[in-house]
Amino acid sequence: MTELYSMVPEFGQLALIFAFVCAAFQVVIPLVGVNRGAPWLMAYARPLATGQALFLLISLFSLAYCFVVDDFSVAYVAANSNTALPTPFKISAVWGAHEGSLLLWVTMLGLWSLAVAWLSKSLPIDMIARVLAVMGMVSVGFILFTLETSNPFSRHLPSAPAEGGDLNPLLQDFGLIVHPPTLYMGYVGLSVAFAFAIAALMSGRLDAAWARWSRPWTTAAWIFLTVGIALGSWWAYYELGWGGWWFWDPVENASLMPWLVATALLHSLAVTEKRGLFKSWTVLLAIFAFSLSLLGTFLVRSGVLTSVHAFASDPERGIFILALLGICVGGSLLLYAIKAPTVASSGRFELVSREMFLLLNNLLLVVIALAILIGTLYPLVYDFMGLGKLSVGAAWFNTMFVPLSVGLAVVVGAGAMSRWKVDSLGRIGTMLWPAAIAAIVFAIITPMIISGELKGMVVLGLSVSIWLTLATFIDVWKKSRGQITRIPNLGMSYLGMILAHLGVAVTIVGVTMVANYSTEKSVRIAPGERETLGDYVFEFAQGGHITGPNYTSDAVRFNVYEDDKLISTLMAEKRRYTARGSVMTEAAIDVSLFRDLYVSMGEPLDNGAWGMRLQVKPFMRWVWLGAIFMACGGFLAMLDKRYRRRADKKVTAAKGAELGGVNA
Amino acid sequence: MNRSLLFIPLGIFVLMAVVFWIGLGQEDKTSLPSPLIDHPFPEFSLTVLEDSRAVTKADIVGAPALVNVWATWCPTCKQEHTFLNELASQGVRIFGINYKDNDEKAKDWLMSFGNPYIWNLSDPNGQLGLELGVYGAPETFLVDSKGIIRAKHIGDLNPKVWQTLKLQFEAME
Repeated sequence: MTELYSMVPEFGQLALIFAFVCAAFQVVIPLVGVNRGAPWLMAYARPLATGQALFLLISLFSLAYCFVVDDFSVAYVAANSNTALPTPFKISAVWGAHEGSLLLWVTMLGLWSLAVAWLSKSLPIDMIARVLAVMGMVSVGFILFTLETSNPFSRHLPSAPAEGGDLNPLLQDFGLIVHPPTLYMGYVGLSVAFAFAIAALMSGRLDAAWARWSRPWTTAAWIFLTVGIALGSWWAYYELGWGGWWFWDPVENASLMPWLVATALLHSLAVTEKRGLFKSWTVLLAIFAFSLSLLGTFLVRSGVLTSVHAFASDPERGIFILALLGICVGGSLLLYAIKAPTVASSGRFELVSREMFLLLNNLLLVVIALAILIGTLYPLVYDFMGLGKLSVGAAWFNTMFVPLSVGLAVVVGAGAMSRWKVDSLGRIGTMLWPAAIAAIVFAIITPMIISGELKGMVVLGLSVSIWLTLATFIDVWKKSRGQITRIPNLGMSYLGMILAHLGVAVTIVGVTMVANYSTEKSVRIAPGERETLGDYVFEFAQGGHITGPNYTSDAVRFNVYEDDKLISTLMAEKRRYTARGSVMTEAAIDVSLFRDLYVSMGEPLDNGAWGMRLQVKPFMRWVWLGAIFMACGGFLAMLDKRYRRRADKKVTAAKGAELGGVNA
Repeated sequence: MNRSLLFIPLGIFVLMAVVFWIGLGQEDKTSLPSPLIDHPFPEFSLTVLEDSRAVTKADIVGAPALVNVWATWCPTCKQEHTFLNELASQGVRIFGINYKDNDEKAKDWLMSFGNPYIWNLSDPNGQLGLELGVYGAPETFLVDSKGIIRAKHIGDLNPKVWQTLKLQFEAME
C-alpha cells in the first residue's frame, strides 16, 4: 500500500498523458463529425471534454498530494516546499513556480471546457463540437508543453533530498493562494470567447445568436480577470512593503492588456448581439484578447522580459511557447483573414448613436492596450536592435494611460444613456450638462476647501468620476421614471452595467486621491518615541522578536493616535525565512474607507531604534472597491434572464437541428 | 470592404513573432552586464568554511580562477555541482562562496556530493555576496591572476555554458 502511495507522482503524470490523449481526440473526432455531418461523432465532444477535465484534476491533486506529504523525490516539490512550511502554503506552492503554474493553467482550461460542455446544452450540437474542438487544440498545445519542457512530476532519483528548499517567501501569503488561480481563470476563460469566435468563423455563422452564446462566457472570464488583477494589486500593496499598488511591471501589464481588450470585447459583443453589427471587429477582439493572454503567459514564462514574477528564465521553453503562440494566433488570424465577412453589415447607424459611442469606447480601450503593449515590448525591441538595455518607466505608461482613461470615462458617461441607431447630441446634452457643470464645480471647490490648494490632476480625476456617477444616476432616474420601485424591472443586464460603471468611477476616485494626496516619511525611531505625519501620531510602543513556523522576525508595535485618541495598534514585521535566508517586510496597515495607515520596517539602527517608513494613503480602498463593483456588475449581467429564456427556446431548436442532421 | 485589409492583423503578428524569435535566439539573458566586470574583486576578510582559518583576497589571486556562489538551499546549485566536480578534475581552480547558508549543512553537502572547491568562504550573512552584486545562487565569476573580475555568469554552469566561458577563461592571465 505504501508503495502505491509512493507512486502518486507517476499516477499524476499518467493522468496528464491521458488528459492529453482525451484532448487530442476532443479535437479530431468532433471535427470529423462536423465535416461529415455526423452528429454521433460530434456528440463525443462533451464526454471527451469531461474526461480531459477529470484527468487534469487527478494530475493536479496528485501534485498537491506530493506537496502535502513532503515527497522531496519530486524535484519540483523539493525546490518549492519544505517540511516546516504550513500546509496551506504547501498547497499554494503547487502554483508557486513555473511547472505547477502551468499544470494549474491547463487544468483550468480543462475546467472551462467542462463548463462549456455541460452548461451549453442549448447550443446546436455542431457548434458545441466546434467550440470544444478549438478548446481541445489549445489544451493539446499546452499539455504537450507541460509534459515536454516543464514536467512537474520529474523525480530527483536515486538521491532524493531529505529536506526541500522553500517557497519564494514573497509568495507565502494568503494573496498567493488566491491571486494566481483567479487570474489564470480569467486568462484561460478568454479561451472560451476565442473558441466561440473561431467556431463561428469556421461555420460561417457570425450572427446575433453567436454573440449571445459568447457573452456570458466572456463576462465570466472578465470577472475573474477583474478580481484577479485587483487581488494582485492588493497583494503587491501589502506584501512588497513599500506601499505601491501598481508598478507597470511587465507581468501586471500582461494581465491588464487582456482585461482592457476583454472589456472592449464585452461592449462590442453587445452591439453584435443587439444590432448585428461590428461582427468582424468582435471576432478580431476575441482573438486579440486570447492572444494577449497567451502573450502574457509567454512573457512571464520565457524570461524574455525579466521581472520579479519571471520564475522561469528558460529560452527553450520560450521557443516552445512562441511556437504555440505562432500556431494559435497566426492560425486564427489567417482563418480570420480568409473567412471573416467582408460584406458591410446591414444595420445602419448615425454619427450620434449608441453604436458610435461603443465604437469610440472600443477604440479607446484598444489604443490603451496597444500603448501598454508597446511600452512592455519596447525594451525588448530596443535590446534586440542592439541599442542596449533600458526600461520604460512608469512615467511613460502614466502619460499614455491617464488622458486616454479620462477620455474613456467621459465617453462612458454619455454613451451609457445614448440610444441605438440614432440619437442627438442635443438630447444627451440637455440631460447631462448640469451633471458636467456640477462635477467640475465640485472637483474644484472640495479640494480647495479641504487642502487649500488646486491640483490639475485632482480636478481632472474627480470631475470625470463625479460626471460618470451623476450621468449614471440620471440615466437610472430617467429609465425608471423617477420611481425606485421600478429599478429592479430595468433588467439585470442593465443594472449590471450601472454597477460596473459606478465601479469605474469609484476606482478613478481612489486612484486620483491616492496618487495626489498620499504622504510619507522615512524616520529613525527609537522605543518610546513619537512621529507625526499629517493628522496622525505614530508611537513606537514596543520592539521584539517573533518565531514563526519557518521564519523568525523582528517586530515593532506602534500605537497610532489621532487628536490624542488611540485609534489603532499596528505591528510591522521584518521576517527572515530560514530555508532561503531571505528577508521579507510585512507591512502593518490600518484600514478604513477613507485612508490607510501604512507602516513598514527598514533597517535596524543603534539602541533598538529602527529606520521606519510611515505612510498615510487616502482613499486607498476605493481602488479595489471599484474593481469589486465592476465584478459584481459583471455577475449581475450574467444573471440576465434572456440568456436562460432564449436558451430554453433553443433546446427545441437544437433538438430539431439534431434530428434534421440525422435524417440528412 | 477589401479582403486584403483583413490580412493586416496577421501581418502585424508575423512581424512581432519574428522580433520575438530573434530576441530569444539572440543572447543569453543571464549574462547581464555587471558593473563589476573589469573591476578588482572586492576586498574581504572572512573565514574558510572547511577549517575556519582567516583568508583575504590575496589568497585567491595568483592564477585565473572561478569563484562560484552557492548554497545548500539552492536546488540549481545541486544540479550544477556534478559539473563543477568535473571541472575541478580537469584542473580548473574553483573557489566557493557559501552564500547565506548554514556552515554545518554546507559541510555535509560537500561530504556527500564531493568538493570541487580549493576552499570555500563562509558568507552566512551574504556580505560579500552583496558587494559582488549577487542576486541569486548559483553565480560564477571569472577572476584573473591579478584579481580582476573578467566575466560573470548567472545560473548554473553546464557544458553548454562552459563552451563559451571556457574560451574566456583560457584567454585570461
